[in-house]
Amino acid sequence: MSYWEFLGEYGIRFVSGAIVTAEQTVPASALAIGIPVVFGLMRLSRSFVIRSAAIAYIEFFRGTSLLVQLYWIFFVLPLFGLTLEKFAAGFIAVGMNLGAYGAEVVRGAIRSVPHGQTEAAIALNLSPATRMRRIILPQALLIMLPPWGNLLIELLKGTALVSLISVADLMFAARQVNGSTFLSAQAFGTALIVYYVMARLVVTPAMRATERVMASRLGRT
Amino acid sequence: MPEPIAAQPKVRLDRVTKRYGDLVVLDQLSMDVAPNEMISIIGPSGSGKTTILRLLMTLEQVTDGIISIDGEPLTHMPKNGGLAPANRAHLRRMRTKIGMCFQHFNLFPHMTALQNCIEGPIQVLGMSKVEATARAMDLLAMVGLEEKAGEHPVRLSGGQKQRVAIARALAMRPEVLLLDEVTSALDPEVIGEVLQVIRGLNKKYDLTILMVTHQMGFAKEISDRVVFIYEGKVEEAGAPDQIFGDPTSERTRQFLSAVLEAG
Ligand SMILES: Nc1ncnc2c1ncn2[C@@H]1O[C@H](COP(=O)(O)OP(=O)(O)O)[C@@H](O)[C@H]1O
Ligand SMILES: [Mg+2]
Repeated sequence: MSYWEFLGEYGIRFVSGAIVTAEQTVPASALAIGIPVVFGLMRLSRSFVIRSAAIAYIEFFRGTSLLVQLYWIFFVLPLFGLTLEKFAAGFIAVGMNLGAYGAEVVRGAIRSVPHGQTEAAIALNLSPATRMRRIILPQALLIMLPPWGNLLIELLKGTALVSLISVADLMFAARQVNGSTFLSAQAFGTALIVYYVMARLVVTPAMRATERVMASRLGRT
Repeated sequence: MPEPIAAQPKVRLDRVTKRYGDLVVLDQLSMDVAPNEMISIIGPSGSGKTTILRLLMTLEQVTDGIISIDGEPLTHMPKNGGLAPANRAHLRRMRTKIGMCFQHFNLFPHMTALQNCIEGPIQVLGMSKVEATARAMDLLAMVGLEEKAGEHPVRLSGGQKQRVAIARALAMRPEVLLLDEVTSALDPEVIGEVLQVIRGLNKKYDLTILMVTHQMGFAKEISDRVVFIYEGKVEEAGAPDQIFGDPTSERTRQFLSAVLEAG
């Protein structure tokens, strides 16, 4: 069977798998962007309790394996009365995990805005909240976009693990095709190519475009 | 000219000490500034000049001593008959009287010159965008940059940036303006345009100005009083003619001759 015949026969399965992967990636990305803003700011809070809560979250999700977290959310939480459907369990685990990394990106970006910006804002008597919202965050955003691009690609690739709780994503499709045809090279080779295309031809250009738009809004062009 | 100290000084530093760990930066420094006075603060690098301004802008806290504006403590507030360190609400209220320009401008790079100048008036003073823009455009015209209102700081020269920074500070209508070596980061050929803006500013806007500077000629020309700081203390203060023409302190004399030799 040529590769073209293989694609003709099983291509549709990879397509529907890729669609599920995209469907996992989008809400997981939303979580992975929303969580860091909240936790990154909490991490910089004056309150010890708030700071500690953020550190605990970040440490837990960065220090333990995504696969184990996924299994916890899907298999263990129900024992405590919280049952999630596998699709939701998948993107929540991936989003919360990558969100912990994102929180460090947000914190790092905020801290890399020169201190003179804060001082100038104090000299204008801006309130702490206004300083953050109007002066620091807009500048931090530009700094954090490139690392965000990398994180979102990690996230896309990380979604492959949801196939292990039987979410019918791209990896799941590859494993099924492999199981029924034993054409491992074709099955997993196709998965590799599709992940690569999604990362490099979708996520990366989208991030570059966002960076360009942001930069021109901020007068940096 | 004798020292024109009014009954109620605009700014008073009363035995102010600032330490960083073991390093004593200001050592029981006392100094009064009269309303509308234009004071130049000179002295060797590291003598504590910037620290004086940063304490006044409440960017740093005093280790000891009291700073007051119009007789009201800046760094402290009355509490149970004594004085307690100022809380945030007190600091924010007192800051309405004070503005500052920095050596490296610290303009907001993501905002145009105009946006830099209306941010404070809108966010802090609660002005409408129309009102704030009118005020800001007047000030940008005053500093000669009306036509640069829509430019972001990256597109401005150093001298233009510092003039925007002055307009931005003035847009808040401060009563006390702090200028920290505002020409030190500039190319020589644009220093004049910034000095030209500062000249007469205290009279035009009813300001009390404390200016840290290395421009001795300019300090001599426009100051009401010159204060020479040495190792965290006021070594000598007086009229510009006296300080530059006939300093009483040997250290002042040495400093001035070193500066004048260096050009
Ligand atoms: N945040 C700080 N921590 C430690 N030392 C500082 C700090 N800020 C200033 N200093 C020290 O205080 C001294 C006076 O600094 P500064 O007021 O900037 O001097 P000047 O403006 O007269 O050159 C210097 O020795 C400087 O190194
Ligand atoms: Mg200095």
